[in-house]
Amino acid sequence: MIHALDDVAARSGLAIGLPLANARAICPELIVFDADPVADAKTLNDIADWCDRFTPLVALDPPHGLYLDITGCAHLFGGERALLQTVCSALSRRGFAVSAGIAGTSICARTLTCHASGKIIGDGEEAAAVGPLPVAALGAGEAITIGLRRAGLKTIGDVAVRARHEIAARFGAGFTLLLEQALGQGDAPISPRKPLPDYIVEKRFPEPVATDNVISMNLSSLAGMLVTAMDQQGKGARRLEASFFRTDGAVRTISVDTGRPVTKREVIDRLFRERLEALNDPLDPGFGFDLIRLSASRTEIVVQQQRDLDANVHDNDELAALIDRIAARIGGRRVVVHLPQDTHIPERAVWAAPAQHHLAAAAQAAWPARTLSEPPLRPLRLFERPEPIKVPFATVPDGPPHQFTWRRVTHAVVRVEGPERIAMEWWRQNGEALTRDYFRIEDAEGLRFWIYRDGLYEGELKNDEAGEPVLPKWFVHGLFA
Amino acid sequence: MTGACINTLASLRDRIERIEASNEALGDAHAPNRIALGHAEADAALCGGLARAAVHEVFAEGHQSAAATGFIAGLAGRMTARRPLVWVRQDFSEIESGALSASGLAELGLDPRALVTVRAADFDAALRTTADALACDALGAVVLEVWGQPRQLDLVASRKLTLAAQASDVTALLLRLAAPPLPSTAETRWIVRAAHSPPAAPWHAWGAPVFDAELVRNRHGPVGRWIMEWKCDECLFFEPAAYPQPVSATPAHRSHQAAAFGHQRRTG
Repeated sequence: MIHALDDVAARSGLAIGLPLANARAICPELIVFDADPVADAKTLNDIADWCDRFTPLVALDPPHGLYLDITGCAHLFGGERALLQTVCSALSRRGFAVSAGIAGTSICARTLTCHASGKIIGDGEEAAAVGPLPVAALGAGEAITIGLRRAGLKTIGDVAVRARHEIAARFGAGFTLLLEQALGQGDAPISPRKPLPDYIVEKRFPEPVATDNVISMNLSSLAGMLVTAMDQQGKGARRLEASFFRTDGAVRTISVDTGRPVTKREVIDRLFRERLEALNDPLDPGFGFDLIRLSASRTEIVVQQQRDLDANVHDNDELAALIDRIAARIGGRRVVVHLPQDTHIPERAVWAAPAQHHLAAAAQAAWPARTLSEPPLRPLRLFERPEPIKVPFATVPDGPPHQFTWRRVTHAVVRVEGPERIAMEWWRQNGEALTRDYFRIEDAEGLRFWIYRDGLYEGELKNDEAGEPVLPKWFVHGLFA
Repeated sequence: MTGACINTLASLRDRIERIEASNEALGDAHAPNRIALGHAEADAALCGGLARAAVHEVFAEGHQSAAATGFIAGLAGRMTARRPLVWVRQDFSEIESGALSASGLAELGLDPRALVTVRAADFDAALRTTADALACDALGAVVLEVWGQPRQLDLVASRKLTLAAQASDVTALLLRLAAPPLPSTAETRWIVRAAHSPPAAPWHAWGAPVFDAELVRNRHGPVGRWIMEWKCDECLFFEPAAYPQPVSATPAHRSHQAAAFGHQRRTG
């Protein structure tokens, strides 16, 4: 099956969708490559990344189309014609076959590019421009195209002069809509790949920049521009993205999240410096960047706080800034605060939440109060996964062991307290987890453990096939100070 | 050089010496910069308490990790005084001896709301994060938990941490698990082991956490070895009322350090 072909092949009578054997029969000297739809999609995405330099609104039209909404952008590149030429020549220079057009609606532009490249259609000229084109150019699907051709409607102009309700009755309302959009009578919204950032500042370089110093200086001046723009509307950035457009078309985007709105240029500077330093695959300028863009994709209104006399607010700001910096370096999920959860299961009693987003919640959290003059009831160090221990001989049912082996060291039990019975949450676990009997244990050396037996005798521990009772498993779950 | 010049020089040197001497005397008597632990003998050895804006190291063997964690949590609780505590640790340390549990910290009488944990993937990231955190003067203390003896934690790194702590007035606490005590620029160095905890009440098998804490380095005073009990209610270290087991006599002189290094078993 043929997925794609070039102009020469098309001229010799081949078509997309033709079986390969037939194609070889028509044209014996055919050169064939395996189709790779995944790589094609990736290439299209890369081209879309590159197109981001012209407009933030780029939408994909798979398998090989791109929509660019250039409303209000064209004048930055010397007008529509110059923009069209820039795009086409840059892409052809890299070896792509390009067909591009500009029109009032996206569908109209797509229809135009099917047959000729470089057309620019002004408002109101759509119907005249697409009229002479064959119906296949609409891209409406095989069945509709064949149906139209059988009905004798060869060009879009032929279809357009028919009454709409006839067309709708025969080919469906979807096709009528498509037709109207192609004729410029209604706009088809495109769905951009990325949400439009709230603020964008960018800098283009006639001479590509490649040295770290120049890049960071420019990033810093961009940060200043961004802050000024946001400041006028009292906004601060919660998420910042820096995009580096390389001269060879590769685009690298680096984003930084912050815990509270950033309104200072130095802070943005520092966050990006930390982030760039900690990158696993460093920013590779190659032959240089010709465009650097800084955008604030999430912003918040900044509430100006009056400084307390005890400087508490100041301290919180400092802590939040520190957390942002650490998170920019090693990742937001690695900096955590602790929130108590409403459960008895020890491993779920505390939720380690990302500090950037939960700092305020953690400061307000209500922890269960400890009873006065009681020794600690919960261990200081808790194993994420309880570690199995060997309990050598049978103890009293429901009783603690006399000694146990953990990590190949045998500990003799000197003091015991327990059991503390913790039942699992039956409404969550389909009855699979067993009830645990926890013991607090001190060994001969003074080490203190929190161990448990998984399952109750007589109830949860079943007999095996031979009728012998199954021995319970023991685990060490934590260590007391 | 004329006689007048030499005289001027001598008098200037004299004045500088006097200024330096008075500064040192001030530093020693600067009570707010030292925080009492509560244990009378230990506080006496530490000239009134643990110094703020300095680096303190707590060493422990691998299997004593929980005791050392409890001891350093107690120190951090004393030093932070309601300010945030940043606890930096490597992933490996969590696998070896479990994660620091916030509910366990609450049971010790400390405030888990002020705790921010940084889970660094490797030691480089942990060290860098600690240095960053030490530069932030809003914090009460920073704990760096290290497993084993990483190559990067040398005298230079230790000196950097000390300078950062001095500049920001934040206390740095290094929890060194499964590592032999080595020279560093720390203000104090402790070796901590678990000690038997006497029952607090007839219905409890054991009471508050008790540590066998050995001070093996003290820049401004003698060293010693004490049994210290952490009182969860008062958030203070105490001498246990009656300790049932004999404790070795407190050595008066620092030559004891050599012995301490000698019998410290290498682990990890």
